[in-house]
Amino acid sequence: MTRRLPKDFSVYQCVESMIHPHQHRTVFSILWMCLLVLTLVLPSQGCTPAPSDFVKRNNVLRLATTTSARDSGLLDVLLPEFEREHDCRIDVIAVGTGAALELGRSGDADAVLVHARHAEQRFMTAGYGSRREEFMKNEFVILGPVDDPANVKGRSAAQILSTLSAENHRFLSRGDESGTHQKERELWAGLSINPAWENYLESGQGMGATLTMADEMRAYVLCDMGTYLNFNDRIELVPMNSPSVGLDNHYSCIVVNPDRHAHPTANLANSLADYLISHDVQQKIARYQLHGFSLFTPTRLAETP
Amino acid sequence: MQLIQDGLIGAWDLLIQQDKLVFDAAFRSVWISIVAVCLAAGVGIPVGWQLARKKLPFRRIFVMVFQTGMSIPTVLIGLVCFAMFSRKGPLGSLELLYSSEAIVLGEFCLAMPIIVSWVYRTLASQDPRIRETALTLGAGSFRRAILELKEARVGIVLALLTAFSRCFTELGIAMMVGGNIKFKTRTLTTATALETTKGEFERGIAMSLILLAIALVVTLTIAALSPKEKGVEPC
Repeated sequence: MTRRLPKDFSVYQCVESMIHPHQHRTVFSILWMCLLVLTLVLPSQGCTPAPSDFVKRNNVLRLATTTSARDSGLLDVLLPEFEREHDCRIDVIAVGTGAALELGRSGDADAVLVHARHAEQRFMTAGYGSRREEFMKNEFVILGPVDDPANVKGRSAAQILSTLSAENHRFLSRGDESGTHQKERELWAGLSINPAWENYLESGQGMGATLTMADEMRAYVLCDMGTYLNFNDRIELVPMNSPSVGLDNHYSCIVVNPDRHAHPTANLANSLADYLISHDVQQKIARYQLHGFSLFTPTRLAETP
Repeated sequence: MQLIQDGLIGAWDLLIQQDKLVFDAAFRSVWISIVAVCLAAGVGIPVGWQLARKKLPFRRIFVMVFQTGMSIPTVLIGLVCFAMFSRKGPLGSLELLYSSEAIVLGEFCLAMPIIVSWVYRTLASQDPRIRETALTLGAGSFRRAILELKEARVGIVLALLTAFSRCFTELGIAMMVGGNIKFKTRTLTTATALETTKGEFERGIAMSLILLAIALVVTLTIAALSPKEKGVEPC
């Protein structure tokens, strides 16, 4: 090595001083070889001790879901049993509702689990899905700072939203085409309000991040019950609205149309839809609790004996 | 491939239509990065010079720290800044969280180690005759430093460019402490992330392409402005 190195360039010197000067080339080349071999061998060996070792590709179901469904922890309860029953693996891709539907549209997901009725219906009429099953619901809730600067606590959702826009209070919208954002826009449209006042802000982030922001900014925010209960102990926002109509939040499972994207797991996706509306699972959904609160109400319990 | 093609067309459309959101985000990205790099240079160049030329105690440790600092994940900086600026944090009363100024401070932390390390390495490997000649000609400590930095200009320009590209393309800090608020703290990278979660992949690609185009313009501008060096192009 004739190249001049800075006198106390640290890392190189540390290594060099550990090794005899005439040996260091050999040692380095051995190190390089090890690294090379490792990079070649490790991926094929499969560093993740997952069922992947036993399951073939056509037994992997790609499920695109909303972050709120994942964050609730419900999927971790429901899916493992399905995987065992059908000897398959479900890869959960948690993204926003918009992106989840887009993944279904492009055939990059085999099934979609979302909560935006209108967008879902558009998806179905365009022929991207072969089957849509609503299987559970919960509620949206309007949260606000404890000291309630708009003085709206206990009023209905419609009254709260009208007051916020009329009196220029801070409201933080998701602004990301998610199911929650679409519900919010539905509510504004129902009230004939154009949400564009000065303190109407758009975070463009997920529900969790938006809640944290609203908490810091002391803003009002629309949130699904599941995420709120999840964040309950980390934020100071409290529910504002009295029980109101139009705040229900329906979750459905859509099977991506196999005619459009021939995926080998279409049957599996169908089985998943069957599974979610089955009596057992519906009961499990009813029993599922987080921090002592029930998160979801099954909607298909009555029809399946 | 279709997606990338659509992205290219989308980028062109956004530029032609002078999309308000894209221009707003691009302008914000540029000024935040420039301010952050200028601040970091103001601190980083003197620190790098001190490390290379002065017999400071624990110098090696400092060098090591800055060297490692070059690989701090931006999300970590974002988290630490968040903890500082949060209402419950020590600087909460400044109400800096979710402002462009907070992003500038975060990116300052990102750029500083890069500039210190590069300046240090450039100066440490500088031909000692520059320094000796300056000494024999009777230059004082300050004029010597100026001369050495002048001679190291290629390295320093590279340091600034690297720091700029890191700041311009980072996502973690802008998302965490900026909050991606529309028309307030949304930058090109957070807007791209948002388009991606929305499922608007073409718009995401289009915005990234605009980001790359701006990076190219900045690089060319600096190349044009920086002094010519025989045989060595700064960019």
